[in-house]
Amino acid sequence: MIFPQKDQSKKSESFISNDEKQVVIGKGFDDTLSIDEQLREWLTGRMLLFDELPFPVEYIEQQIRLGFCTSYHGIERKGNHYICNRCKNTDLSLFSPFPCARCQKECVYCRSCLMMGRVSECTPLVTWSGLEISFSYPNSLHWKGGLSPSQKEASEKIINVIKNGGDLLLWAVCGAGKTEMLFEGIAHGLERGKRIAIATPRADVVLELTPRIKQAFPDVPVISLYGGSEDRHRFAPLVITTTHQLLRFERAFDVMIIDEVDAFPFSADEMLQKAAEKAKKKDGSLIFLTATPEEKWQRECISGKRNCVILPARYHRHRIPIPKFHWCGNWKGAIQKGRIPQSILVWFRKRLEMGKQAFIFFPEIQWMERALPLFQHYAPEIEAVHSEDPQRKEKVQKFREGNIPILLTTTILERGVTIPNIDVAVVGAESEIFTESALVQIAGRVGRSPQFPTGDITFFHYGKTRAMIRARNQLLRMNREARRKGLIDD
Amino acid sequence: MDIYEKNRCFLCQGNIKREISWVGFFLNQGEFYLCEKCEKKLEKIRGEKCSLCSRPMEKLPAKFKKEAICYDCYLWEKEEKWRGVLEKNISLYVYNEFMAELIARFKYRGDYVLAKIFAADIKGVLQRNEFDLIVPIPLSNERLFERGFNQAEALAREAGMHPVSILSRIHSEKQAKKSRQERIHLPEVFSVTNPIQVKEKTVLLIDDIYTTGSTLRHAAYVLKKAGAKRVQSLTIARG
Ligand SMILES: [Zn+2]
Ligand SMILES: [Zn+2]
Ligand SMILES: [Zn+2]
Ligand SMILES: [Zn+2]
Repeated sequence: MIFPQKDQSKKSESFISNDEKQVVIGKGFDDTLSIDEQLREWLTGRMLLFDELPFPVEYIEQQIRLGFCTSYHGIERKGNHYICNRCKNTDLSLFSPFPCARCQKECVYCRSCLMMGRVSECTPLVTWSGLEISFSYPNSLHWKGGLSPSQKEASEKIINVIKNGGDLLLWAVCGAGKTEMLFEGIAHGLERGKRIAIATPRADVVLELTPRIKQAFPDVPVISLYGGSEDRHRFAPLVITTTHQLLRFERAFDVMIIDEVDAFPFSADEMLQKAAEKAKKKDGSLIFLTATPEEKWQRECISGKRNCVILPARYHRHRIPIPKFHWCGNWKGAIQKGRIPQSILVWFRKRLEMGKQAFIFFPEIQWMERALPLFQHYAPEIEAVHSEDPQRKEKVQKFREGNIPILLTTTILERGVTIPNIDVAVVGAESEIFTESALVQIAGRVGRSPQFPTGDITFFHYGKTRAMIRARNQLLRMNREARRKGLIDD
Repeated sequence: MDIYEKNRCFLCQGNIKREISWVGFFLNQGEFYLCEKCEKKLEKIRGEKCSLCSRPMEKLPAKFKKEAICYDCYLWEKEEKWRGVLEKNISLYVYNEFMAELIARFKYRGDYVLAKIFAADIKGVLQRNEFDLIVPIPLSNERLFERGFNQAEALAREAGMHPVSILSRIHSEKQAKKSRQERIHLPEVFSVTNPIQVKEKTVLLIDDIYTTGSTLRHAAYVLKKAGAKRVQSLTIARG
């Protein structure tokens, strides 16, 4: 029997033998599992709507009566305030009443998490309250690479937090090898039966990360969750997910790793921060990874208020290229008149002549598209890409293969995309969209591979901004720190 | 002097900063639910349109027109059973990509408040025309439970109307997938629950989209049969 007796202590031995357990976890949702086992797979650590559970309502209600599941009100009223129990929204402007056909009353629903299925006052949210699935995966790490001494140091700190709880900020420059530093900590947690989530704001990062994690932990069930993912009903000790999908979890993870904390929309969206908090177990560990923490966090790190480990150097032991500032005048005016500002033109034609590939960032699609023909005049193979471009993937692939000499882009290529030997320019670096963190990320595209560790990064601007200066200072400080610690050779 | 209203856009959550003229202010038209950027993506039906179903006809090739009406309407009107059943359909907006998304969010995701976006437009139509009864196209009970509200009824209510539910569904909503021939010759989809209420009345049917016109015509047919004097319809989008 899969459900424990009510009086059974939570500390008791796993009720599935070790061998059986591996099978259950590995198989996921299938017909060979009993309905009880299926429900447990669906619901462990999750908080779902009845509509999200493909079981007869009577069956779930029975399980609630028996105490294996618990149901909560979707929305609770507290005086004049409301709280959504799924997304923890309390902003009154994001609640609204409607005449509800289900409860036949004026029923308040949450607009904040609407896209995941409407939660209203009469919507029950169901969680699992039976015995948890327990597991242990000793020696799960099959990664054969090695860590540099500074990576090793960070890795030790991660292990420590995973062991003892608490939080840690891993502030590592682009190209420091963040993912590899997590491996030992993850292996450590899996051996001790800790459930681990790696959450990131972007679905493409989930897709990119999943095969790398699966390769490092080939015997551990890994699921990846994003809108439309097929893994959503499965239980796995290791979950790679968008921050959005964390809304469907509650007190699920012993270890919550949040990658790219600075990236949109996590830093912008309070809801997702609350979701991450909710998905983590109370005494769990919280690890943030970032190349560019927000200002407040930077100060806390430097003053020692925040548990933090800084990796100022890339794994290839070369310094990070420092952005040059270049005034380019009223570039919008120039483009409007059908010409590329002189300084940008010189930079760009030099890259064409050398045959060196480059990204040129623009603050807005509209200006990028106006500029495109002006650039194509010099080389028709030049392309432009933005977030709503259906050919986005194909174009990046073509660029990778060397078939596009220069790629104009909006901030969508600011992170994630790593190309061995490129130069980078930012046009209109004064724009608000180029925050300190965006500029650090953009600069981080240059000099990534050990074969080509240098490159040019130029910010063309119509007036320097604080963000530009802070970004440059941040990178200068990292290089200084790296030199002091003997982490770079040049 | 300008008065600015600061609200969040229903769709993009951006701030709404719009100038409200004094005239608008006193007429109480000061409520905006969309930011300017989102509102611009709504495309009002303007210019030449089918006098029967509101289908925009400017870009329509000549073979799809029959004088003042579109070819679809011509085919409906050709059949005796359907002739004059639906006197006229008024649609407000073009069913473009943005509208498709908006309607999907409204009725499938169940974002009830979005009905407010159209309240002023719907009120406008009612100021120009008079009807005895406002009747939303009903959902089956199963659908209604699933969605939690009837989108047609929501549109009417939020516009300050008092819709009456005198239609009920005999068949489920699945007919949308059938071919035109099948749809036309389908046995009745709706029935009138209280025929006395309909006698000699002018009726305005409300729905979210006019796509083939089949749903509205089936509803109009049973209303006429029950004794309604005239039946027109109002939809926010013309598919
Ligand atoms: Zn919510
Ligand atoms: Zn309700
Ligand atoms: Zn908007
Ligand atoms: Zn027509």
